Amino acid sequence: MGASFGLSLQEVGDRQEIGRRKARRIPGEQAAWNAYLRAFQSFRQFTPGTNLRAWLYRILTNTYINSYRKKQRQPQLSDGEGVEDWQLHRAAGHDAVGLRSAEMEALDQLPDSAVTEALNELPDTFRLAVYLADVEGFSYKEIAEILEIPIGTVMSRLHRGRKALQARLFDYAVSHGLADRPSEPVPAVPATER
Amino acid sequence: MAECNETLRELYQFLDGELTDADRHHIQQHLDDCSPCLAAFDFEAELRLVVRNRCVDTVPDALRDRIARAIEEAG
Repeated sequence: MGASFGLSLQEVGDRQEIGRRKARRIPGEQAAWNAYLRAFQSFRQFTPGTNLRAWLYRILTNTYINSYRKKQRQPQLSDGEGVEDWQLHRAAGHDAVGLRSAEMEALDQLPDSAVTEALNELPDTFRLAVYLADVEGFSYKEIAEILEIPIGTVMSRLHRGRKALQARLFDYAVSHGLADRPSEPVPAVPATER
Repeated sequence: MAECNETLRELYQFLDGELTDADRHHIQQHLDDCSPCLAAFDFEAELRLVVRNRCVDTVPDALRDRIARAIEEAG
């Protein structure tokens, strides 16, 4: 069984998706090790020909959640009220000009640490969905299997998580002079009706 | 042809490759004619790339070795 398991791990590819450390709280080395161990012990339950990568990630995610999440009080993710949203500002700001906008340049100038920290600061439920989709490239269906939630929930977590991530990056960009904070938002109620 | 609101609502599903061919084509047609929507899609696509490139990491050699040894020992 060991050889077969090792072979299958090879199939997962050279990137060896389990054990990414840079997104720090996507599990550290020990969690990855525990996950490998559990995958090895339960490998006979894996159906050859089905999605090995998703199967491994479900074990990894469960291992991570069981060992870490219980220890943490999870902060709530705001619904975006009062939070700056980069996309909204850039959409409202001006028409698209040229091939690369100033906002795109600002994105490219964000340091690694700003991006990884912004991702790590998201509450687990949102961070895992965004990480699995945007970093690991899993489909909605795969993420639904890995996190054991309905596809509709995957989509809403992705939507809110990405918006929250974007808001954090926008804050960073503004505070570091990479992006302009637009003038005061337009009041929702016309002045004459107040 | 798709409207702006409809197009922006489908933005993530489009970029995630989760639309049917017909829906995808519908959105693509709108993007071909609407530069503000196209710019919004480009921005999100770029952001996606930035997140992916910055957050991807490789397995530490020590962990890889440890696993390889364990597999070997288990035969």
